[in-house]
Amino acid sequence: MTRYRVSVEIRPREGILDPQGRAVADALRTLDFREVREVHVGRYVVVEVEAASPTVARDRVTAMCAKLLANPVVEDADITEVAAL
Amino acid sequence: MKFGIVVFPGSNCDADAYHAVVDALGEQAVYLWHKDHDLQDVDVVVLPGGFAYGDYLRAGAIARFSPIMRSVEQYAARGGPVLAICNGFQVACEAGLLPGALLRNAGLQFICEPVRLRVESTQTMFTADYSPGQILHIPIAHGEGRYHADATTLDRLEGEGRVVMRYDGLNPNGSARDIAGIVNDAGNVLGLMPHPERACDARLGSTDGLGIFTSLLSRVAA
Repeated sequence: MTRYRVSVEIRPREGILDPQGRAVADALRTLDFREVREVHVGRYVVVEVEAASPTVARDRVTAMCAKLLANPVVEDADITEVAAL
Repeated sequence: MKFGIVVFPGSNCDADAYHAVVDALGEQAVYLWHKDHDLQDVDVVVLPGGFAYGDYLRAGAIARFSPIMRSVEQYAARGGPVLAICNGFQVACEAGLLPGALLRNAGLQFICEPVRLRVESTQTMFTADYSPGQILHIPIAHGEGRYHADATTLDRLEGEGRVVMRYDGLNPNGSARDIAGIVNDAGNVLGLMPHPERACDARLGSTDGLGIFTSLLSRVAA
């Protein structure tokens, strides 16, 4: 068994009003970053797991996303990194 | 009649619900600790407001896996009445007892103020004592009360008369179709963002919330 660090990015699902992202976008434009078009604020979760392979580690964390880490009604979750420790 | 009020770590409207049941309604209430399994033969379960488990991850996400919720889910599946208020509504959605989700208020601020609600359905065990279209003054106190569901689900809720209450006039949080409260398809689980338990005592400004408790009393006890 190897220990893996699995990183998960969770964002509001596209098309759902994201007032937090909008407020941050407005603030950035106020700071003269006029090129800003959209901002979305989500969560970044890092899970360390023991697994037989990176594929197993990824599959287990995908299951964790479906069950607890993300709410599929309103959020999208992507695993951005699986790193052996 | 006996109400069971679930207490999660971080619940803060449990005592308000107890006061509404015992002092305003004159019925029995017991607290149900989140680590217990036994619902103590209650007639109605209340999932109260607050910040269960600190609302970590998402409001209600962790509370829904507490031991008592397994019993509440089985009880609800058997038709047991569940009154899910505010954070309790969020827990009920996370648990799949109700469709949809509650998101950050459109204006981003936590809002604590009385609102106007319109009773949309009196065909439920929770609202039988109101009259159709009745306007209620009941407080809200939430930062994440914007009801969201996909258009198909919203159409179905409306078509089946399951939107029980709507915000009247001002929609405080940006909820889809002004929805403040819905029931599940069997009609025994009510999720409501406003706090009827805080509107059961004239000294606190309104008794408009009492109708939910008297409706349950006449419908469930019968």
